[in-house]
Amino acid sequence: MTGAAPLVALVGNPNAGKSALFNALTGARQKIANYPGVTVERKSGRASFSDGHPVEMIDLPGAYSLDPDSLDEAVTRDVVLGRFEGQRRPDALVIVLDAGNLDNHLRFALELIGQGLPTVVALNMVDLAERDGLQLDAAKLSRALGVPVIETVAVRRRGLAPLMVALAEVLKAARPAVQAAPVALGPQNQRAREIAGSVIISETAGRQWTRRLDAVLLHPVGGVLILLGLLFLMFQAVYGWSEAPIGWIESGFAWASDSIKSVLPDGLLRSFLTDGVIAGVGSVIVFLPQILILFLFILLLEASGYMTRAAFVMDRLMAAVGLSGHSFIPLLSSFACAIPGIMATRTIMDQKERLATILIAPLMTCSARLPVYTVIIGAFIPARSVGPGIGLQGLVLFGLYIAGIFGAMLAAAAIQRFVTQSRSSSFLIEMPRYQWPRLNDIALNLWQRAWVFLRRAGTIIFAATIILWALLSFPKAPEGSNVSQVEYSVAGRIADGLEPIVRPIGFNHDIALALIPAMAAREVAVSALATVYAIDATDEEAAAQSLGPQLAADWSLATALAFLAWFVFAPQCISTIAVTRRETNGWKWPIFMVSYLFALAYLAAGITYWTARSFGL
Amino acid sequence: MQLDHLPLNRAAVIRAIQWEALPEHEGHRLRSLGFEPGVAIEALHKGILLWRDPVAVRVGRMTVALRSKVAAAIDCELTP
Repeated sequence: MTGAAPLVALVGNPNAGKSALFNALTGARQKIANYPGVTVERKSGRASFSDGHPVEMIDLPGAYSLDPDSLDEAVTRDVVLGRFEGQRRPDALVIVLDAGNLDNHLRFALELIGQGLPTVVALNMVDLAERDGLQLDAAKLSRALGVPVIETVAVRRRGLAPLMVALAEVLKAARPAVQAAPVALGPQNQRAREIAGSVIISETAGRQWTRRLDAVLLHPVGGVLILLGLLFLMFQAVYGWSEAPIGWIESGFAWASDSIKSVLPDGLLRSFLTDGVIAGVGSVIVFLPQILILFLFILLLEASGYMTRAAFVMDRLMAAVGLSGHSFIPLLSSFACAIPGIMATRTIMDQKERLATILIAPLMTCSARLPVYTVIIGAFIPARSVGPGIGLQGLVLFGLYIAGIFGAMLAAAAIQRFVTQSRSSSFLIEMPRYQWPRLNDIALNLWQRAWVFLRRAGTIIFAATIILWALLSFPKAPEGSNVSQVEYSVAGRIADGLEPIVRPIGFNHDIALALIPAMAAREVAVSALATVYAIDATDEEAAAQSLGPQLAADWSLATALAFLAWFVFAPQCISTIAVTRRETNGWKWPIFMVSYLFALAYLAAGITYWTARSFGL
Repeated sequence: MQLDHLPLNRAAVIRAIQWEALPEHEGHRLRSLGFEPGVAIEALHKGILLWRDPVAVRVGRMTVALRSKVAAAIDCELTP
């Protein structure tokens, strides 16, 4: 161990508790990036040995074998074999095994040990195995495998110190790695089962929590109702729980704005700070609570093991449009953000299904649309109750989500039928045992999401806001002219050109204006509107009014509904287009995606507008 | 008896798998999940509403969900 800190890779089957162990070993000192050239997430972090020497750890994507079925698995194989360009080969491996699942996990472990790298096995989740009535002999397993085996319970930080000691020892005794000949799956399965059978000390029936829960959650009728109930609860929570924190953030920004007004004289700088920076960035950050609540639900569902059950329940419905339960998880993640959703499609084995899922992912209502929906719903839909615990506003929001899902299903069916011409999809997935989600892991993950969002707010959104403010503020309308500043500005003139195109679908000049910066990120539409109205305000009092009432006074209901319909379909986010290009290796599919989504958005907004108009709205 | 017809909650064992009837990637994934002749298997749950598809089975100590079409390629025998 000289020079740089040794590199240790955590590797194992999906659902072996690898990420929990990684979190326990590295704490919050993690770096999330991508492997060069591919969009597989690379998680690395630092830990230290008992003597204080640092060690760099990477968390490899879960895999079932070194013979990959998916992009994720290919990354794992290439890193373990030292074939990954730009990533040095690990000096040692920590193989993470689920103690309750040795029969199935040992095969991959044998394959990994065969690679000849210094190796320690973490026999993880021994507590869950014991809960299920299984007692294992770690020493015997160690003898059978020829490498140290340490019992761990990552989520309770049990066994971490012995694991680091064993790791230090194998690194010290390291001999040059030898490339092993590949062994056929069959014989290795056989040996894995023999070893697994031989290390069991005792086995009782156990409590079988997972099976009992599954009897309810996978029930042919009850399971569907529970899933729908969960999704509905999730969206009601996004609305209900976020009210108070949103209020705090709003008053914080109002206070900041007032403070600046009290120290700075009226002028360009003051307008820039209050109308540009604070109004723009503030109106986006205000949605952080909702985004975090949504992510909280998704993380909890994932960590508890329910997510694959949801996939099971949804599989047959997804099959009807040529997809499978596999697509359900990426699509559900897309409710938070299409970018992680599109990245999550890498676990879909069938390439045609993967492409179809990527193409419809932007139709899932991502959290960036929430700000837009919230403002419009708040301004136009009365906050009354239509039943116990069901608000009309929440119901409309739910309807918008359903519209997105419905549109996505139609698009998927059309894409699988005419574009990818896939004959059939497939569904084959491991369903992990249920686990109580660990709060620290959830909190860490939530923090990482919040940080990503804030960084976005701080960079893309900040920049877009400032550019927009400048476009709106210059050139200055001549003193005493009856043309408003907005109409006179550069942005107003660009919007003039756009307006005839969007006029037939009920959009006014302000909307045309907001659509321009919304290409950077959807939520900017709100800050754009906020900036437009703040600048157009004739007096301080009007500027102090929040955006909602102003819109309600300015737009017809038909226009508001058309605007909502537009955002159900519009592919307005450059990052999504960029990630689609990267995931599909070219411009063909992102261009296809953007065209079909804009066409859908235009149609949907137009239909909504004229239908609403015919009802006299 | 084919796995998709196996009665629920009855211990069984895989007798044979018709690999040639499966698309290559599904066969490969089945193997890596531990499906092989001689392995203990039990059908646990069937899919929603009237479809009763996919099927959740216990194979070894793992619970795996698969579609009936794939399950039909797996020949099982109830353990007496």
